[in-house]
Amino acid sequence: MPDTTLSLLLKGLGETVFMTFVSGFFGFALGLPAGIFLYLTRKGQLLEHVLYNRILSVTINIFRSIPFIILIVWMIPFTRILVGTSIGMAAALVPLSIGAAPFIARLVENSLLEVPGGLVETARAMGATPVQIVTKVLLPEALPSLINAAAITLIALVGYSAMGGAVGAGGLGQIGYQYGYVGYDAFIMNSVLVLLVALVFAIQATGDRLSRKFNHR
Amino acid sequence: MIVIQNLSKQFRHKNQVYQALDKVSLDIAEGDIVGIIGRSGAGKSTLIRCVNMLERPDEGAVMIHGRNLATCTPKQLADERKKIGMIFQHFNLLSSRTVFDNVALPLELDKTDKATIHRKVTALLEVVGLQNKADEYPRSLSGGQKQRVAIARALANDPHLLLCDEATSALDPETTQSILQLLRDINRRLNITILLITHEMHVVKSICNHVAVIDQGKLVAQGTLETLLKESQHPVIQQFIHTQAMSLPPDIYNTLQPEYTPGLHPLVEIELEGNVAFDSLVNTFHSQYHLPYKLIKADIEYLGSTNFGRVLLHLQGTDDSNRNALLYLNSHHIKNTIRGYA
Ligand SMILES: Nc1ncnc2c1ncn2[C@@H]1O[C@H](COP(=O)(O)OP(=O)(O)OP(=O)(O)O)[C@@H](O)[C@H]1O
Ligand SMILES: [Mg+2]
Repeated sequence: MPDTTLSLLLKGLGETVFMTFVSGFFGFALGLPAGIFLYLTRKGQLLEHVLYNRILSVTINIFRSIPFIILIVWMIPFTRILVGTSIGMAAALVPLSIGAAPFIARLVENSLLEVPGGLVETARAMGATPVQIVTKVLLPEALPSLINAAAITLIALVGYSAMGGAVGAGGLGQIGYQYGYVGYDAFIMNSVLVLLVALVFAIQATGDRLSRKFNHR
Repeated sequence: MIVIQNLSKQFRHKNQVYQALDKVSLDIAEGDIVGIIGRSGAGKSTLIRCVNMLERPDEGAVMIHGRNLATCTPKQLADERKKIGMIFQHFNLLSSRTVFDNVALPLELDKTDKATIHRKVTALLEVVGLQNKADEYPRSLSGGQKQRVAIARALANDPHLLLCDEATSALDPETTQSILQLLRDINRRLNITILLITHEMHVVKSICNHVAVIDQGKLVAQGTLETLLKESQHPVIQQFIHTQAMSLPPDIYNTLQPEYTPGLHPLVEIELEGNVAFDSLVNTFHSQYHLPYKLIKADIEYLGSTNFGRVLLHLQGTDDSNRNALLYLNSHHIKNTIRGYA
């Protein structure tokens, strides 16, 4: 295998990993608070508020129903304002993060729902503030489940980022698209595939390990 | 002094309104151990949860040291709650924290410094006898140990009141006794008032100085256990004392005849409801009717100066003296059932 091919693939892998994790980070930065808010405003929960809950819930559902490829294109003007360009890796991070956030919010909400209600009640009986309940009880208790949610999200983002590659975002997706769709190079195609599969497996395995490590139930 | 005044609470479910508490008033003296009893769904948990406002009452007041918790600001309420410990049937320990950190939680919430936390938690774990489990996770503890951790946690903020919602219901009898012993020690040594819900007579008997009976959301009786047992005819109390009919030993069961035939003796089950003591009853049988008998089974409690419970006697006198003894029971309103003849 020529050096140029190897470095091409490694560069692509690096870009994909970068896009996945950075957009995963921003996705969580948006999705985690949204998920917590969604949980807290639910009926019967700490900050029950039907209207806020409904508004956020509908917003999330709308964003979740937009196909990712459409989201990329639809968001082009916004992306331009935010990062100055609509092509390349930096530009891809915007729709990737926005696309991941509502997905993450739902996963977070679900993780928090798994925390036994008695624990929240116990904390209330101790005189804990809502912020303390979130930071000292809900998040630590949901941690193993949140780690699983992170793994699921990152794996979804590997796929999304590859899709972004088709519109010039770089990464393994773009390599696969160029060398497969425009003149078929079987070796590169298969290498891209193997690398993507390996990446997904690695994320899943790490997620499982960490989740188990923090699970004391 | 804790004063519960006219507490009412309704639950709305769809279009149905359910009165879970109906004008409940109860005074609890400092250092008292008050047991709340009542049927399932009577409103016991609702009452105890209203005391620290986990459940907001629709009406009424909970006065603690002269302050009404129902009208406190959230900040004041949080401060009051810190002085009220609570333990639950299912322990409610955080699985993500070690035993030490679980006990430390209330102190962390209060932003206590590390050194103080370490000192207090270590002392508390000693009180509940779990100093060697400090670094374990709750998962690896037994039920009794978990409840001890929960008790240590409830004591962390030096509360003046401890609320216990069926704290021993998930434990075996032996562990229950040790937890009750611990609660009594805490009550004596730290002078902490305890309000506890229970389904079990022996829990009330072993630690409560006062009892409150709740039925269908209403407080139907209160007082010391002895006075309640003697004076109150309320079915909840009656139900609470009376265990179901006694099971018969197999060899008697096999030979038991439903009808009297000459030569057989009656097997009578007597209910002691506080109106007669077992030894005086037996004395009467002996001295007045010269009645020999065999004590087959007894399940009696000694309370105050009388007995509660059931005894199974196999009367062995002549037909006449047997009949007279039974007449004596009936004429003195001592409940009895003839289970058969043997
Ligand atoms: N959050 C709630 N929403 C609706 N109804 C409720 C709620 N909590 C309690 N109830 C109802 O109020 C009544 C009293 O409930 P509570 O839990 O106080 O009973 P309890 O005496 O503690 O019973 P148990 O011995 O079974 O624990 C029950 O009929 C219950 O169905
Ligand atoms: Mg209950």
